[in-house]
Amino acid sequence: MSTNTDAIDVVDAGATSLLRFATAGSVDDGKSTLVGRLLHDSKSVLADQLEAVEHASRSRGQEAPDLALLTDGLRAEREQGITIDVAYRYFATPRRRFILADTPGHVQYTRNMVTGASTAELAVVLVDARNGVVEQTRRHAAVAALLRVPHVVLAVNKMDLVDYAEPVFAAIAEEFTTYAASLGVPEITAIPISALAGDNVVTPSATMDWYGGPTVLEHLETVAVVADPSDDPGRFPVQYVIRPQTAEHPDYRGYAGQIASGVLRVGDAVTVLPSGRTSTIEAIDALGQAVDVAWAPQSVTVRLSDDLDISRGDLIAPTAGAPGVSQDIEATVCHVADRPLTVGQRVLLKHTTRTVKAIVKDIPSRLTLDDLSQHPAPGELVANDIGRIVLRTAEPLALDAYADSRRTGSFLLIDPADGTTLTAGMAGTAFAEAAEEAAPAAAADDEGWDF
Amino acid sequence: MTATAAVTGDLDNPYALSHLDALESEAVHIFREVAGEFERPVILFSGGKDSIVMLHLALKAFAPAAVPFSLLHVDTGHNFPEVLDYRDRTVERHGLRLHVASVQDFIDRGELRERPDGTRNPLQTVPLLDAIEKSRFDAVFGGGRRDEEKARAKERVFSLRDEFGGWDPRRQRPELWQLYNGKHSPGEHVRVFPLSNWTELDVWQYIAREKIELPAIYYAHEREVFARNGMWLAPGEWGGPKDGESLETRQVRYRTVGDMSCTGAVDSDADTIEAVITEIAASRLTERGATRADDKMSEAAMEDRKREGYF
Repeated sequence: MSTNTDAIDVVDAGATSLLRFATAGSVDDGKSTLVGRLLHDSKSVLADQLEAVEHASRSRGQEAPDLALLTDGLRAEREQGITIDVAYRYFATPRRRFILADTPGHVQYTRNMVTGASTAELAVVLVDARNGVVEQTRRHAAVAALLRVPHVVLAVNKMDLVDYAEPVFAAIAEEFTTYAASLGVPEITAIPISALAGDNVVTPSATMDWYGGPTVLEHLETVAVVADPSDDPGRFPVQYVIRPQTAEHPDYRGYAGQIASGVLRVGDAVTVLPSGRTSTIEAIDALGQAVDVAWAPQSVTVRLSDDLDISRGDLIAPTAGAPGVSQDIEATVCHVADRPLTVGQRVLLKHTTRTVKAIVKDIPSRLTLDDLSQHPAPGELVANDIGRIVLRTAEPLALDAYADSRRTGSFLLIDPADGTTLTAGMAGTAFAEAAEEAAPAAAADDEGWDF
Repeated sequence: MTATAAVTGDLDNPYALSHLDALESEAVHIFREVAGEFERPVILFSGGKDSIVMLHLALKAFAPAAVPFSLLHVDTGHNFPEVLDYRDRTVERHGLRLHVASVQDFIDRGELRERPDGTRNPLQTVPLLDAIEKSRFDAVFGGGRRDEEKARAKERVFSLRDEFGGWDPRRQRPELWQLYNGKHSPGEHVRVFPLSNWTELDVWQYIAREKIELPAIYYAHEREVFARNGMWLAPGEWGGPKDGESLETRQVRYRTVGDMSCTGAVDSDADTIEAVITEIAASRLTERGATRADDKMSEAAMEDRKREGYF
């Protein structure tokens, strides 16, 4: 047995889990400093990167290395000192690997926070302790709730500038938690930090002994992100049909895909949508290994006991719990393109592996993120708008509510003329029902969240 | 690091996936999306570890059928012989089709001019775009990872390139959920990066787990090298060593494999994959910072090359 403890890394190569999270914060809330601090203090910034930052900072006449230069990767971002686009960062501790979607905080980049939040299991919302919960904080909470990010961390930053005072933190945490819970955010953790001084980011604060909770990194390392997929209905969008037609495999016909939700078992009675034909799962190949059971998000190949006409875009689901199909869709959307989305517009709709023609029948309302008010019948949605839309598709789709499945309840609208991604869609109702479940009292407030 | 510290509560959950399984599943999904949506995809294959892992994932994604893509190698003319040998054996073993775009051919025809510093890496873009255009490839898989470089951290998994092969970072499509948009107009193509979310350590851990063979130069071996710009370079017809540079024999290995003129070796005695992983986990230098001269040319070297069509 080797005594080299690092060698255990090799043996245990797969034995760490992966957390995808997003950060959101306004321009001066210290988000770059927090990200820089997380990377730096977790020893994820290597010597040559730091040297490059020091060199660049010096050549700009700055005395201290500007950690924001670590994350602003584009020429235009460095020139303007702002973050324009989402960037993905990677770091690791012995307990977990992290993928960080570093999203710009400015209001005009709402679409970028939506992009980062779409794959995140956790969102860190940053607040300046001197300013407390501001409009932008509400926006970030709203986007996290809309995208159904399961965990939200409120990082109350710059505690060093409010004398590390507990009452300041407690009041902000209380206000935010009440507000976010009313939107249906299921889990909120508030942490007082100073990203600049390093309090409670990676190492516990020496000055805030009144705080007994985890540091930001400790929370990221320990938050439970694996739900029990056996609670969810099985959903298997067919990506590609594998037919080797070789001497060795003359009759092999497998349906390749990534399980979108739930669990598939050999022997399951299944229905293929939209055709409605039924069969039984005969075998599951998990990338070269035959298995009896597989679950989301594994990429597998499924074989059925009957030869059905199945192609890319079809959905295989256990017959008990198969979704309905419809050509009429109501959804909450975030418009991400610079050109507007209008009533009557013809688009392509991409849902799981299926792309169909669709028409925008109605845009009943638009949400104004500034004051969270709802404007009826806006006629169009422009970049960064969040609104309700009604669609009619050319073919039936097996769409779940986004509230039930982020994977089978989400879709894109695409411009058929040039392929531009226009709109990110979430099927079903967005806030109201979740809010009633989560916090019946708070849901009564009249902020226009009847979405 | 200890064995117990490496296990989180999540992994006690019977449905938990390890980070390598999660990354593998995601990459396979990306390969199958491209197979389902594009007419003429191709995998860029250099014989380097990232492209080797890409090919391995593609083989798993479509098994027991053949990989439905051909390979494209942009040959700078200054490749390590071990790597060319590995390339040809791999193509043969899996019954693949290999396209070669040769920088040397372009120089011989006078369509490209040798740079004064002898580096051919930046010259790859022209033969690459020429091959994409002539063979009408509409999706081109690359092994680029976002952890490699700060401009690459901004790269999408599906990255639309215009008819000149150019990348405009300010006009990228937002990429939401796992819904990759591969629509493009005639003449445009999409670069696809299935390893976007992998780090150098992930790649090595996956190579170890899957027992993937690599060209021997990735492991420590004795080699004649000379020092230039703080790196150990291998001698060759490409133009080294020059006056005042002297050869010496050192025990080295390579962290990246590219053009010999700009890929440096690192001092190392890591001659097994376990030793390599231990070395990388402890390294205080990024792989590109340690061994790639082409990224040091300016603060935005990678971004500028990518705008022109480089990977």
